[in-house]
Amino acid sequence: MTTAANSYLLETLKDKFPAEVLATHAFRGDETAVIQKDSLAAVAAFLKGDLGFDFLMDLTAVDHSPREPRFELVCHFYSSKHNYRLRLKCALDSENPAAASLTPLWAGANWFEREAYDMFGIKFEGHPDLRRILMYDGFEGHPLRKDYPLKKRQPRIPHRD
Amino acid sequence: MGLETLFGHSYLTTRLDEAVNWGRKYSFFQYPFVTACCGMEFMSAWASTYDIARFGAEYPRFSPRQADVLFVVGTVNEKLAPVLKRVYDQMCEPKWVVAFGVCATSGGFYDNYATVQGIDKIIPVDIYIPGCPPRPEAVLDALIKLQEKVSKESVLDRKYR
Repeated sequence: MTTAANSYLLETLKDKFPAEVLATHAFRGDETAVIQKDSLAAVAAFLKGDLGFDFLMDLTAVDHSPREPRFELVCHFYSSKHNYRLRLKCALDSENPAAASLTPLWAGANWFEREAYDMFGIKFEGHPDLRRILMYDGFEGHPLRKDYPLKKRQPRIPHRD
Repeated sequence: MGLETLFGHSYLTTRLDEAVNWGRKYSFFQYPFVTACCGMEFMSAWASTYDIARFGAEYPRFSPRQADVLFVVGTVNEKLAPVLKRVYDQMCEPKWVVAFGVCATSGGFYDNYATVQGIDKIIPVDIYIPGCPPRPEAVLDALIKLQEKVSKESVLDRKYR
């Protein structure tokens, strides 16, 4: 993997989506593109269809509270064909933290998105089955949000003492 | 033992508690409730190097209905708590519980939304083994301490807790 190949990647992306790609940066071959939230589905489809990114390695979120926009969606892609990696980020506001689901493109996005929903309360439009994946039925709130009380417990059965 | 040559056809008197507890403390059937990395240390403590058969406790039962000692080995979270309670409730009296490692004892360093802060919030515990994970020596020490505890019990006092 050479740096030249990767800057080619970011340049291609910027040429294709001049308005949607808000920023790019690279550190030692670690390429990141920050994109507009509404363009996620289109950019992801381009990555898969035209640039050969056949593998969604990770999809998660960050809570930057109290900063606005509060949430950030982070997706890591890998192309097994070209041995390229790319990170996409997009900002989501606290009012309506929602983004397009990537499950139609990569089936592996299904559980990642359920986890991001469970932990951060981010909604994925077009997800086939968006429900909690780790926490149990009846759990209220989203535990990895910064405003979730540190000592809050939600026992399923009464505790002794 | 050679005693029969001394006593011939004879009999011995003892207290009922002594006889019963002697039988109980040298024939623990343990149920390993293993949830986390402590399980690896549990396996080594139970393997031939440390020879737990010396204490009559080498035989694991994977049905709680056939077990005397519940070894809770690893982190128990709120999602799992009802399962642990149910396993404990299915065990027949007399029964004892050992909390294996700091997570089972107190939650360990997992002081967060998911983790039960010690299994004694769910079920009564007889012996706590500290360590992350405990050394096999600590496990054997706990077993000996449990035997001491059992040998002091009365068959009359023992009732459903």
